[in-house]
This record gives sequence, structure tokens and C-alpha cells, in this order.
Amino acid sequence: MTKIDTSRPETVLPTPSHTVGPFYGHALPFPGGGDVAPAGHPDTIALHGYVYDGNGDPVPDALVELWGPDPDGEVPRVDGSMRRDPATGGFLGRNGVEFTGFGRIATDANGHWSARTLRPGTRGRGAPHLSVCVFARGLLVHLFTRIYLPDDQAALAADPLLSRLDEERRGTLVAGDRGNGTYRFDIRLQGEGETVFLEFR
Amino acid sequence: MTLTQQDIDREIAAEHVAYEKRVADGAPVEHHPRRDYAPYRSSMLRHPKRTPVAIDLGKDPEAVELHSPAFGERDITEIDNDLTRQHAGEPIGERITVSGRLLDRDGRPVRGQLIEIWQANSAGRYAHQREQHDAPLDPNFTGVGRTLSDDEGRYHFTTIQPGPYPWRQHLNAWRPAHIHFSVFGTAFTQRLVTQMYFPSDPLFPYDPIIQSVTDDAARQRLIATYDHSLSVPEFSMGYHWDIVLDGPRATWMEEGR
Repeated sequence: MTKIDTSRPETVLPTPSHTVGPFYGHALPFPGGGDVAPAGHPDTIALHGYVYDGNGDPVPDALVELWGPDPDGEVPRVDGSMRRDPATGGFLGRNGVEFTGFGRIATDANGHWSARTLRPGTRGRGAPHLSVCVFARGLLVHLFTRIYLPDDQAALAADPLLSRLDEERRGTLVAGDRGNGTYRFDIRLQGEGETVFLEFR
Repeated sequence: MTLTQQDIDREIAAEHVAYEKRVADGAPVEHHPRRDYAPYRSSMLRHPKRTPVAIDLGKDPEAVELHSPAFGERDITEIDNDLTRQHAGEPIGERITVSGRLLDRDGRPVRGQLIEIWQANSAGRYAHQREQHDAPLDPNFTGVGRTLSDDEGRYHFTTIQPGPYPWRQHLNAWRPAHIHFSVFGTAFTQRLVTQMYFPSDPLFPYDPIIQSVTDDAARQRLIATYDHSLSVPEFSMGYHWDIVLDGPRATWMEEGR
């Protein structure tokens, strides 16, 4: 059953998703996973927030992945997010110079995550944003959302996704400006203020 | 009142009947679990209640979600795909090799993308601090590996057959042996985290996590095939498992990717 006959495209069907479970912490997170911005880059922003469940309790075992363009709107094509050390078998960390655009952060015991990355530039039809993928124990299929920055209200008003949403729902996708290039973005998996999650077609 | 296996069995059966009825009434086949699958209790407070908002990426071919992060030789070491060689000594258990192809919905190979795995040891214990199952840790086995798919989309791991383990959701709850997989495609939309199982595991009917895939054919796609030609003489048992990534991707993308 799990040898796919690629000569018969109608039999090529997707592998089902499963939960990441509780015990990925020694496997998926890597040192510097949230330090996406090259050291000292002037377009660096800090993003942080909490992940909450349907009771409003923080989720201490969620994994947040970030993926976004550089400040010019270009998609990074450079590898090296999780460089390995062939001598020790451990992690080397990023090289501090190149921008891979990819971050991976596990929430801490308070359900909090944080990352430093570069301010995304405009590309495509939308206002500048980062793509977010959320995994957790209990979540059988990961969830996609987007983080929009609040800086350019005209661009946000013209965004094809945001303009389809009512005010309250729209607000869940726009990070809060906390000054000094720091933005707050909470992810509510269920219930009041539930984050807008996306299905791509 | 203690939640028993019989309680969970009844819920699993009811979910299965409900799915069969939906399909009989003309609903589409469901390749993935529903996020609100009550027999898996942890899903109850962690699934959105509102319908996801659909985005047609065909209308936005520049969207960043149609691209994927890049991973390369710097992100892996040579022995990252051999979980039996990461410590000074030999891990305990039955050595296995797991290989297959990473494919898209058109059956085309997905090349040069990151595949990460993690698993319990042969006694059914994870090398994770919060894991409290009273089974021995193996100082020679961490149970974490990674590799890049090759030019034909193939991947290959050498590891130890993981053990089943209890997980306390209900009385006598046991997970069938499995290996966790995390995979990237050519588009971020194709991102997949899943679990690979082994043939004929007697625990399948009792496990609400594998049963969360209510479609019988889809569930079979989570189970590797024993392949004698992949068994290595005097060394290991061989399993084959192809992975097919879902989600829209940029079909117009440049050649060579």
C-alpha cells in the first residue's frame, strides 16, 4: 500500500497528517531557531506572543514555524538555518550573516514564543506578512496563519485576505506594535478571539 | 469515572460510521484527520471551531507560501540518517532500514528537501526529559535523525525498531510502534508532520491517533511495507514507505527543482 505507482496518477493520494505529539522537543527545535535576522541588521524586528487553547490557557508544547521574504520582498533561497557540526554531531547555529527566512520556535513553559527576523517586504498581491505554521500535541493537522505588521494601514486595507474579514477577525492577523521594532502576535487555537487560520487552494 | 478502552472503542466505531455515512451521502473522501476528533482527547481544546479561510493561491502566484525554506548539506551531517551510529556504543534492539520516495500529488519526486524523524527506543521510551514511562533509556540511542531527499526523491534511514508505549489517555492506552516524520515540499503549503507505522500491528484498532484517519485507504498509507529486498543480510530488516505531499504548489516553477 505504501509503494506508490507513479505511472498511475489517480493512485497517487496524499499521506495523512498526524499530530506532532508531546515528545518532539529533542528532535525538531534547534539552537538559534528564532534568531532568523542576521546579527545587527537594521531591518530587524522582534516578534513574540502566546499560544492559547480553548480554555484560554497557554499551550506549553506548541511549535511555531515562521517563513517570510526579505525586506525587498524576495524569497530567500539560502540554506543553513540548522547548520550542523560534522566534528561533534551537534548544531553549529546560523552563520549570523545569511538570511534563510525560516524560523522554528517551541513555546516555553508559559506558552510563550519569540523570534527576531527581518521586516518582510511586499510581494505578490498582499500587504507585507510572514507565513506561520503551528504544530502541537492534540493538533491532528497543523494550522497555517499569517502575521501582518500594522505599519502601513493603506496596504492592510487593500490586502485581498484582510479585506474579506470583519474587523474582529481581521485583528487576529495583525500584530500589535509594542515600539522599538517589537510586535506582539498571540495565537488562539479555539474560542473567543480565535485566530484566523488559512486553507490554501 | 475512569475512561476505559471500551469507551474509546465505542467512540472510534461511531466516528467511523459517521464518516462512512458522510461519504455515502456524497461528501468527499477525507485524506487527513479532522482536527476535532474527540476519541483523541487532546484535540478537544486545541482545534479551531471556525472554518479555515480559503486562499486561492492560483490568483496570487507570488505568495511566499508557494515557496519553501531551503535546506542543504550544511544542515545535515553524514551520519544523521543513521540513528545507530550516534553514540559510542551500539543501541539495543532490532536494526531496521526505512526508505522510500518523497513525491508530490502528480507523483513527481520532491528533490533536496528536509526529512526529519524522531522515535522511541526499542523499549518504547523517548529520550525526552518529560517522558515518564517506566522503561529503560538506552544511552546509545537518542532516536533523532534527518536527511535530504536525493535527485529521485529518495530517502534512507537506518535505525532501531521502536517499541509500543503506554500514554495514559485512558486506562490501558497503548500507542502502536511508530516513527515521527517531519517533511518539507517545494511549497510551504505542502508542509507535513506525520507518523509511520509498521505492518500488522495488533494495536491499530485500539489507538485513537491512527484511527483519527477515518478513511480506511488513507490509514493504510501510514503503514510501511516490509520489503525483503531492502533487508540487509546479517544486519537489518527493510521497510519501504513512500510519502505523498498534499497542498497546492507552483506547478510552473523552474525546471530542475
